[in-house]
Amino acid sequence: MNCITASCKISHSSIYRNGQQVFANQSANLPGFLLSAYQFLDNSYPKFYKMDNLSKLGWLAAEVLLKDEIHTRPYRPEETGLVLVNANSSLDTDLKYYETVKEIPSPALFVYTLPNIMIGEICIRNNFKGESAFFISPAFDAGFIERTVNDLLNNNILQACICGWVDLLEEDYTAVLYLVEKKEDGAFPPFIKSMIHKIFQGENE
Amino acid sequence: MRNENIYQTIMRNPDIFIASDNILSPLGSTTAENFSQLVKGVSGIRQHDDVAMSLQPFYAALFPPAAEPGSPVGPAGANTQSDLYTKFERLLITSISSALKDSGIDPTDKKTVLIISSTKGNISMLETAVAAAGSPGPVPDARPGRDSDTRPEGAFTPAFRDRIALHTSARLVAEYFGFQSPPLVASNACISGIMAILTGFRLLRSGQYENAVIAGADVISHFVLSGFQSFQAISSRPCKPFDRSRDGITLGEGAATMILSGNPRYAGSIKIMGGSTSNDANHLSAPSRTGEELAYSINQALAQAGLTAVDIDFISAHGTATLYNDEMEAKAINLANLPSVPVNSLKGYYGHTLGAAGLIESIIAAQSLAAGLIIPTTGFEQLGVSQPLNICHTLVAATLNNCLKTASGFGGCNAALVLSKP
Repeated sequence: MNCITASCKISHSSIYRNGQQVFANQSANLPGFLLSAYQFLDNSYPKFYKMDNLSKLGWLAAEVLLKDEIHTRPYRPEETGLVLVNANSSLDTDLKYYETVKEIPSPALFVYTLPNIMIGEICIRNNFKGESAFFISPAFDAGFIERTVNDLLNNNILQACICGWVDLLEEDYTAVLYLVEKKEDGAFPPFIKSMIHKIFQGENE
Repeated sequence: MRNENIYQTIMRNPDIFIASDNILSPLGSTTAENFSQLVKGVSGIRQHDDVAMSLQPFYAALFPPAAEPGSPVGPAGANTQSDLYTKFERLLITSISSALKDSGIDPTDKKTVLIISSTKGNISMLETAVAAAGSPGPVPDARPGRDSDTRPEGAFTPAFRDRIALHTSARLVAEYFGFQSPPLVASNACISGIMAILTGFRLLRSGQYENAVIAGADVISHFVLSGFQSFQAISSRPCKPFDRSRDGITLGEGAATMILSGNPRYAGSIKIMGGSTSNDANHLSAPSRTGEELAYSINQALAQAGLTAVDIDFISAHGTATLYNDEMEAKAINLANLPSVPVNSLKGYYGHTLGAAGLIESIIAAQSLAAGLIIPTTGFEQLGVSQPLNICHTLVAATLNNCLKTASGFGGCNAALVLSKP
């Protein structure tokens, strides 16, 4: 059956993995928080500095979600994919890009004026080449994620899927990602609407 | 199972048909008008000299201001005040209205879902807001602990944030027609249209709905044009897909609607057979160096359709006319063993219509299958990719059964879709 083999939530200056707080930094604004989280992960990934805030948020959530574990799994690059949803698309960067237009339009910002760029960043980092999709929704809909991801896994389009919600506008942000895989041993919570919702709400934190 | 009856019907008849469609573009306001213009070789691309859009003249396929669809005439009781809907929403409403007309599809049936495809939706509202605010430059935030990267709070009021959002447009359009299910919005760069079709296809195949109304649109604004100009990606003349002298894209405006149905009453119509997306995992703005990932999607789509390369009669390519896109597509088409299959790109007629492109081009592909006519690649003269390709450059009449549609976009995304004659 399809199980949640890991989850990650980033909100209110804290990062949780599987419901356990792994990092917090209450003293910084959003860019400062994202940078401190990156430094905490002790990564050497210079591309991080070029990302917009939305991609940084999604990328960090994926790093914490996956740790190095995903790369111990026997999946081919085409067997892992992503289904992400948010409400504000890339609006945060849309304004930052448009502010450059008066002087010299910035291609480095323009490329981030699409929400699926975040999927591209996570795929580049992890060499994921499978089916991916970005949807816009006014609020997180656990039922939609459940149905969409189950369809991909049950039809063997994917063997593993990173899915969830990554939304950011100015200082407001929430990221909740789930790693969903096929497991038979009962050691992991089932990928069902109620569990997806519970983790989103942080009821097991 | 809540939808057991639909599920059983679709299991007995798993085919997914194009029940109805519409293309609303500078070339015409119905699919038939559009197809007939393409058969005649008419392009919507013109030179525009509009300083509000660009300091230099530019080529694009735009709606002339007078031809922009006005306030749509809707069902009795619907609020059709013109200021309620933006241009983007009016394009969607007009296109969906036309596709629904005489289709036999009831949008108020809870078995019918609405799926919207767009990259930038109402982004021109941002331009208007910035212009109205006078100086749109970033304002340094002097509060302790804040750096200059942070704008003071309130740059986006909750009302503005809500109004500009794609999900708000989707809700307004859904309410206009009375859809009962919450609408879905696919926003995945230039593969949005194919992804929306694929999403609808899967929702119908899995029995969650019986009909899917899939509509896409994008408006060419200063925001979008300046962005592609900043990438040096805009062609200095109407774009020349796959040509030796190609130098970039031409942008275009348009909207399109494809209504899919699992209902056997549409059994005489063109079918969607399968599709797939993939990611290059290589670069955000440059396509794969090998084309392997698009080739993977093509092979997946063919396998889902129960077809092999020899069954494909023509390919409707993305063919944006950038150096790298067309080269990558040529490699992918060769890796998928399709080098001799006729290929066309419609970008020379419509320009790149972004979130509408996958829908417009798939609808034209379906028309081509039905009519037995492959539309030539306008702008193409001499092959300018490193791999053999059979670019269709004159109108070809042939028996056509199966078509492959491809697309790729920023973020390294690729998509492939297979359409077949019943």
